[in-house]
Amino acid sequence: MIRPVHNVIAGCLAALAGMLAFGGSASATDVQHVRSPGGIAAWLVQERSLPIVTIRFAFDGGSAQEPMGKEGTAGLLAAMLDQGAGSLSGAAYQKRMETLAARVSFDSDRDFFFGSFETLTVNLGKSSELLKLAVNSPTLEPAALERTRAQFLARASLEAGDSNKLANAQWMAQSFPGHAYSRALSGTPDSIKAVTRDDLAAYRTRILAKRTLRVAAVGDIDADTLGKVLDDIFGDLPAEPQLATVADVAPVAVPKPVVVKFEGPQSVAIFGRQGVARSHPDHMAALVVTQILGGGTSEARLVQEVREKRGLAYWVYALLYNFKHASVLIGGVASPNEEVAKSLDLIRNEFKRLAEKGPSQQEVDSAKSFLIGSYVLNLDSNAKIAEQMLRSQLQGLGPDFIAQRKAGLERVTRADVIRVARSLLATEDLSVAIAGQPTSLSP
Amino acid sequence: MPEAVKASGGALAVLGVAVVLLAGQPTWSQTQPQRRASEFSLANGMQVVVVPDRRAPVVTHVVWYRVGGADNIAGQSGLAHFLEHLMFKSTARLKTGELSNVVARLGGRDNAVTTHDATYYFQRLPKEHLQTAMTMEADRMRNLKLVDQEVATERQVVIQERRSVVDSKPLAILDELISASLYLNHPYRIPVIGWGPEIPKLSRELALEFYNRFYAPNNAILIVAGDVTEGEVRKLAQDTFGRVRPLVGLVRPPRPVEPPQLAARRVELRDPRAGTLSMQRFYIAPSYKTAEPGEAEAIDVLVTILGDGPTSRLYQQLVEERSVAANAGASYSGVALDGGTINVYAVAGDGVTQGALEQGIDAVLGQFIKEGPSQEELEQAKSSLIASYIYTADNQASLAQRYGANLVIGRTIADIEERPERLGRVSAADVKKAAAKYLNLQSSVTGFLIPTADANAAAAGEKRGEARR
Repeated sequence: MIRPVHNVIAGCLAALAGMLAFGGSASATDVQHVRSPGGIAAWLVQERSLPIVTIRFAFDGGSAQEPMGKEGTAGLLAAMLDQGAGSLSGAAYQKRMETLAARVSFDSDRDFFFGSFETLTVNLGKSSELLKLAVNSPTLEPAALERTRAQFLARASLEAGDSNKLANAQWMAQSFPGHAYSRALSGTPDSIKAVTRDDLAAYRTRILAKRTLRVAAVGDIDADTLGKVLDDIFGDLPAEPQLATVADVAPVAVPKPVVVKFEGPQSVAIFGRQGVARSHPDHMAALVVTQILGGGTSEARLVQEVREKRGLAYWVYALLYNFKHASVLIGGVASPNEEVAKSLDLIRNEFKRLAEKGPSQQEVDSAKSFLIGSYVLNLDSNAKIAEQMLRSQLQGLGPDFIAQRKAGLERVTRADVIRVARSLLATEDLSVAIAGQPTSLSP
Repeated sequence: MPEAVKASGGALAVLGVAVVLLAGQPTWSQTQPQRRASEFSLANGMQVVVVPDRRAPVVTHVVWYRVGGADNIAGQSGLAHFLEHLMFKSTARLKTGELSNVVARLGGRDNAVTTHDATYYFQRLPKEHLQTAMTMEADRMRNLKLVDQEVATERQVVIQERRSVVDSKPLAILDELISASLYLNHPYRIPVIGWGPEIPKLSRELALEFYNRFYAPNNAILIVAGDVTEGEVRKLAQDTFGRVRPLVGLVRPPRPVEPPQLAARRVELRDPRAGTLSMQRFYIAPSYKTAEPGEAEAIDVLVTILGDGPTSRLYQQLVEERSVAANAGASYSGVALDGGTINVYAVAGDGVTQGALEQGIDAVLGQFIKEGPSQEELEQAKSSLIASYIYTADNQASLAQRYGANLVIGRTIADIEERPERLGRVSAADVKKAAAKYLNLQSSVTGFLIPTADANAAAAGEKRGEARR
């Protein structure tokens, strides 16, 4: 493959892939705002060309809501909800899902607890019954918990051998000391072992509640039917969640690179600093800055300097990422142990060059047209449209998010980009975490 | 089991397949599958396939070449993949990187992939820019120039790519070692990215020679999926690719042939980064290209029953009932020119030894070979495979991929689109027969990834220490 697919953005940033770009063709979707008879709000795009209904939903929650020492609770619960519910054993639940060709699954990131549902239209009634069971009455069977725990432990030990995951985790740990974001996203072996069935049940009761529920639906379904289905699935949940307060936080600057020793010929370096909040008026300009610096195209400056001109890496990137309570500019590179210091020098130099001299008009135009134009590629399947609609709701955007993004990006001028680059690309507080055995790191 | 019948009836009905319910069992009657894709050829021999998908104003434009990593000659491993990277350098009309930059500015994304059997280049972009993509892709089909300095730099990039995607990942290393043992003679034994010591020897001259020999319209397939009509694509293709001269005398050299396999092989990789003990077994199997009619479909049903998800036999017996494994499953890699593989894998449960893990797997497979599937398992597996055929159509890139990957190994649109009916015809006897024939240790490699416990613990301790600064 000529260019890495950006699943290299591991761990905390995994959800980002489709979110770099906003704007795009409003004709791609016609978002309806639906409210069920029971008062559950949802965004709907009707799409009749495939006999499929796709629903994505989320609750405020995520790993940030896990009790101290019980990291991994949200992930374990997500994995447990489809392993037995109501009167169905785990095997019976899975079998029924298979019989109906339905797909029910759950997931968690740092800030949210997600659900995903796909069904053939002909089986909508029976499939949604399954989802209702998982949401409302999972059995959390002890034997299933032990099996799932074993899988999580196996995964944790595998991740201990993944330099990209290690470097990302280290960067989060050093940048957010004392904050929930510093903790291991999917738990440590010790915390995974500490989670009990009661912890899962308590987390579910606290988090799965109507007030923070967001729903996006796409497919072969009309508003009335969707409303009824949603009331049926979610109507019995408590109205209010019980959420712990999570403070807004800025990444701490760590002056010296922190090295996690890792065997192998390459070092993975993750670098980052304070980003720009989504609600900030400069957010769109910051997206353009980051695109010019390290977006996923070969034109990006970091790609040009580190890879194209010098062959020092197969992948290098920088991007803007917004957690619910923090905004970061973060990037990464994988280079030979002997050359990673050189790569980092080049990267710092590109930060400086872009901050001090600004981009050319052509770079600005090019980045804007990529960000605007490529958004339609995030909207070309039911699953992707549902994902974008859900993400937009979680970010507090309106159903006209496509048009708003496009207009916002179009308004960005070269002067905006120069101004924002100056503050966004300061290198004094750039923190670096490295997994590998780097040589000759500058002090 | 009335529900299974209803579900498969539902799934199939939406595909336009006639299903007659007879005495509670689905029966396959006269079937009239819906045709989706259409095809034609250009005068220069280039095959063109159009796959309509009108839900968004987007197209996926892909050119597949019938040449891949298994066509490299000995000592030049990685050459096909290296050339794939170099295809993004300058041509008579395009500057280095220009194709990707133009696509990005138009709001598109592009990339390329090399497999053992094929190399393909794709762009996904707003439909009004299809012509631009086709013009540039046609240009680099014959007009590539290569500059020494750029070739040297890109070689470094590929060396780093190998380190990132193979050398840093114990499972990827084990996978390479297993393939190298599984094939005694066929070049599927050689990694597409190339062996570490051979990549530095790949030169501009070798790349150009390979390019001049294999990159031509009469060795390529164009796939356009998206919001376009056959007529539009035909006109654009004639104006772009249609102007590229075919290569006279283009022949794909025959590949080394795999001799009969007579002995089971084993590979053990010890690695401090391994984490957990796991087992991977690969069996030689036919592919959709080499199998007898219906045989590859039977293998798909077989691995679905054995190892697709939590209801599968391997998972149920090894993970749920016996706690021998933390995870277990099976898969079939069947879209390949010269043969496929069946993969059976398991991650060991806590404290479970290599021997116990392997015995556990062998017990599940042995029982299946002896008894075959139940009628319920058979119908359920067929229904799942058909449903996944439908779900794949939701993703335009996957849809285009389905056509390209099959057509490039010489299958037809009918082969692809008749998949639901062909799966429907698989019988319990077919599955049992495929299991007995292909789950044969004599033509297999069993691989273990073994964590070296001490080094691992030491490294982990060190990590924690250093992380505290």
